[in-house]
Amino acid sequence: MYEFNYHRPASLKEAKKILSGASDAKIVAGGMTLLPAMKFRLARPSDLVDLAGVSELQGIREKGDRLEIGAMTRHAVVAHSDLVRSRIPALADLAASIGDPQVRNRGTLGGSIANSDPAADYPAAVLALDAVIKTDKREIPADRFFTGMFETALAADEILTSVVFIRPKRAAYAKFPNPASRYAVVGVMVAEYAKAVRVAITGAGPCAFRTPQLERALSGNFSVAALDGLQIDAGDLNSDMHATAEYRAHLVMVMARRAVAAACA
Amino acid sequence: MTIKVSITLNGEKVSAEVETRTLLVEMIRDHLGKTGTHVGCDTSQCGACVVHVNGASIKSCTMLAVQAQGSEVLTIEGVARNGKLHPMQEAFREHHGLQCGFCTPGMIMSALDLVSHNPDPDDHEIREWLEGNLCRCTGYQNIIRAISAGAKAMRS
Repeated sequence: MYEFNYHRPASLKEAKKILSGASDAKIVAGGMTLLPAMKFRLARPSDLVDLAGVSELQGIREKGDRLEIGAMTRHAVVAHSDLVRSRIPALADLAASIGDPQVRNRGTLGGSIANSDPAADYPAAVLALDAVIKTDKREIPADRFFTGMFETALAADEILTSVVFIRPKRAAYAKFPNPASRYAVVGVMVAEYAKAVRVAITGAGPCAFRTPQLERALSGNFSVAALDGLQIDAGDLNSDMHATAEYRAHLVMVMARRAVAAACA
Repeated sequence: MTIKVSITLNGEKVSAEVETRTLLVEMIRDHLGKTGTHVGCDTSQCGACVVHVNGASIKSCTMLAVQAQGSEVLTIEGVARNGKLHPMQEAFREHHGLQCGFCTPGMIMSALDLVSHNPDPDDHEIREWLEGNLCRCTGYQNIIRAISAGAKAMRS
């Protein structure tokens, strides 16, 4: 790992000031991706701005049918939160399925989605649960947040502060984890709302995305049978050493069926 | 850029002058001389480096020493009391939960975190919890037995 300057601001204001004053600063949240990337010398920031001391970024709050979760909230906190478990159990389940217990004790919601790893779990929840991503500058709807592989709508000096999830009638997440890395080869989150069904897929494309085709099929008939005979196009999906695009397209339908079955159970 | 990092290690206040890029496991092993915590893969997968920071198990190869500033850190050396093995250590010995022993400190630190959340885990819960701890010798069976017995001993 190359050397860098380390900062641990106590407030958002202080963090912004450090970010604007450094030549090539990076924000570190849980560090579960950034630190390994720095060890491999794939990332070489001049300055590291650790948000662990910024209390404004912690916590889970309920506002009507919404749950607002601070960007620095660790996966284990979401997984064990009684509030999340009672309001959006599928979100607590998803958080409990990320990585391993030690990763869940460090990794954060904000870090996961700001990284937009194509195989990360949280992006599926952000899209399926119609979330709004709040930053120090603006609010970004989930549908405009993920823009590509490791790319988001965030500017380099923008700090993600919280994510607001809308409580669905029912929802579930199903993933096919890689047997070694446990990253999602394919993960599917389904969420049923009064007026719409949202289906989000992770692991299969350059970044998480929604599938209007499956959403249409499930709207008005939220059941496994509604997916009978459907297939999704493998054309835009990832092919790599773990799975071909065709295999991923197949897995999408299998995981979608499992997710709908779990949501209906 | 070096920084003085002060932590409470196994109940004792200690500090070391480290570089910002020094990993917590490097500070524990190389600066503070506690070599019970192992580095296996150095890529946050194998779990040989698991320690507790403020009561939560973490992989100390994927945390900077500076990030632990002011924290309570517990390593395998801080688990035994008055020269007597901790019940979880005793259970690993009794049930042959190790062969080469390289993964054992991480296994035990991970197991202790599990038991702190779930005092009576079943075998399935233990296996799920050990997602982030790799053992290349035992085939895990005796580790599961040991953790189950250790949890039982800790309850009594």
